[in-house]
Amino acid sequence: MDQPLTTAAAPELKPADQRLAVASQWRLMWWSFRRHRLAMLGGIIVLFLYLVAAVPGFFAMNEPGRQNARAVFHPPQALHWIDTAEDGSWRFRPHVQAMRMVRDPVTLAPSFRPDGTRKIYLTFFARGYEHNLVGLVPSTTHLLGPENPRDQVYLLGADRLGRCVYSRMMVAAQTSLLIGLAGVFLSLVIGLLLGGISGYYGGRIDFFVQRVIEFVLSLPTIPIWLALAAALPQNWPPERIYLTITVILSLVGWAQLARVVRGRFLSLRTEDFVTAARLDGVSEKRIIFRHMLPSFASHIIASVTLAIPAMILAETALSFLGLGLQPPVISWGVLLREAQNIRSIATAPWLFAPGGAVVLAVLALNFLGDGLRDAADPYQK
Amino acid sequence: MAGFILRRVLWMIPSLLAVSFLAFFLIQLPPGDYVTTYVATLAASNEIVDQRTAAELRDRFGLNQPFIVQYWLWISGILLRGDFGLSFEWQQPVSGLIWERMGLTLLLTTSTLLLTWAIALPIGVLSAVRQYSFADYVFTFIAFLGLAIPSFLLALVLMYVAVVYLGQDVSGLFSEAYQTAPWSLAKVQDLLAHLWVPVTILAVNGTAGLIRVMRANMLDELHRPYVVTARAKGLSEFRLLLKYPVRLAINPLVSTIGWMLPQLISGATIVAVVMSLPIAGPLLLQALMAQDMYLAGAFLLLMCTLTLVGMLLSDILLALIDPRIRFD
Repeated sequence: MDQPLTTAAAPELKPADQRLAVASQWRLMWWSFRRHRLAMLGGIIVLFLYLVAAVPGFFAMNEPGRQNARAVFHPPQALHWIDTAEDGSWRFRPHVQAMRMVRDPVTLAPSFRPDGTRKIYLTFFARGYEHNLVGLVPSTTHLLGPENPRDQVYLLGADRLGRCVYSRMMVAAQTSLLIGLAGVFLSLVIGLLLGGISGYYGGRIDFFVQRVIEFVLSLPTIPIWLALAAALPQNWPPERIYLTITVILSLVGWAQLARVVRGRFLSLRTEDFVTAARLDGVSEKRIIFRHMLPSFASHIIASVTLAIPAMILAETALSFLGLGLQPPVISWGVLLREAQNIRSIATAPWLFAPGGAVVLAVLALNFLGDGLRDAADPYQK
Repeated sequence: MAGFILRRVLWMIPSLLAVSFLAFFLIQLPPGDYVTTYVATLAASNEIVDQRTAAELRDRFGLNQPFIVQYWLWISGILLRGDFGLSFEWQQPVSGLIWERMGLTLLLTTSTLLLTWAIALPIGVLSAVRQYSFADYVFTFIAFLGLAIPSFLLALVLMYVAVVYLGQDVSGLFSEAYQTAPWSLAKVQDLLAHLWVPVTILAVNGTAGLIRVMRANMLDELHRPYVVTARAKGLSEFRLLLKYPVRLAINPLVSTIGWMLPQLISGATIVAVVMSLPIAGPLLLQALMAQDMYLAGAFLLLMCTLTLVGMLLSDILLALIDPRIRFD
């Protein structure tokens, strides 16, 4: 208070403050989100993962379902970027060390040895097996592949049937990430409906819906999911099982979202700016869509982002236990089934790789969701 | 207080009713019934069961009655006689199969809960008091990692490390010698020697979330005027923390016991399958796969009841330590 109070004009705003004063709410949120470094990183990883999910075949190297008896439990081949020639010169040329299968003379157990100094050179946008981009456009181009199409490269090793773990992981990303999205979308529809009704009507309906939500939240999800999934007939086609599993996941997952929706609805109804708009004679429709929805949607987006990892984890758990998705559909959970018994992971620890993908996706989505939640309320310091 | 508890306990009745309906509905859901599965299994080993025998079997198990009659027979048996029905697969009363496993489930979840609190509380307080310090960042990171790693994956990795690097098998809850032995002091010791592995695995997930909650609660309280007052009075920093902000920050945490239990039971189910622990999860899975409906139903019912009772206890505990709740 070292300045005397005057009735003079308001102090000149600095350019930065001026920008702040006229920025829209979404712009403020973007600014606030950008400050959250981990969330930015998470966002970039999530974008990348969904890019993989959109065109998994492009990122894959070998045909995911193809078995190779000569590559059973083939170990991962480290990718080298710089090729050093014998005279010491080097250049940028990605390659891997070629491997050869040798059989133990007594037990006949196969094992893999580096094949002398032979290198398999890789090239970008290589030709390979045919796949569909976004499920529509047929293509034979792959991000990375051996220069000689007859060479087999296993970046993350092969499983007990000699199938490429890396390629399967890429293709599985599509299933796992999409089931997360679809499950959350369904949950959101149920949650918006019930939460909205509960928050809008209040009173007895609210009380009833509240009890239902509390009840669903108090159930142990995995046993319920297991029981629901066990009820699916074994002879259903995989696509139908896929759809049903999505529905099953959201049947239990909606309660959390419904609670968030209801809470936001109730607290927004009594906000000053809503009252002000109402007093100004703004129509109910305009209040909802112009005034309530912007501050509402951001919170919902944040909660949805935080709900996706839970869905992914649930699908992984179900498929891992053998009650979720069934082969030939592959998801990260289905792939982790290969790592189920201690003997196979003791010989082939690279079968854990899909687990790494799950952890990465869940972490990235959590960071992103956390940042979105902080940014959702840009006026709060 | 008594009124609050009474009201809360009365609220349990519709919930329990709903849970029992749900459990029975779930076990009725699969197409066909146990006899269908039974016939199919026998057919696989070239034994033909004729229609009449199948019908007789259905009659004996009451499988061709309407849903509500079957439900009534089931639930009245449980409530009046403690009879959970017959396990088709094991050919013995369900009640003989479930209690030891449910007991071990309860033991596993409560020990996990205790360990989770014992780890998460001090770390949460530390992270808040030393906000943005190195330790805070490390714990925040570990907490997020703990949230992201599915517990069954953690169990697998741990088993792998134990087998490959330590040459030890950490699965199961008992050594081979004690698996079927009657309970004795030595068996309890054996159990404790095995219990800590799954407890630690399960605690990682819960701890992560709890640290975040405790940290946020503490941060809310640390800058309140009463903390400044206490500090001005010359209270030592440690006593000050324990006496005021921690006590307040812990309140919302007590309510998390309620929703931690369902998560714990869920996590324990799948970890138990991986580590072949003799608790409810693996047998439930097996019963569900074999359509052994009464066995599956008993587990579903008891697991859900367990979480409901947990909710009740955490509500009562919250009312005990926070007088504001009681007078709502």
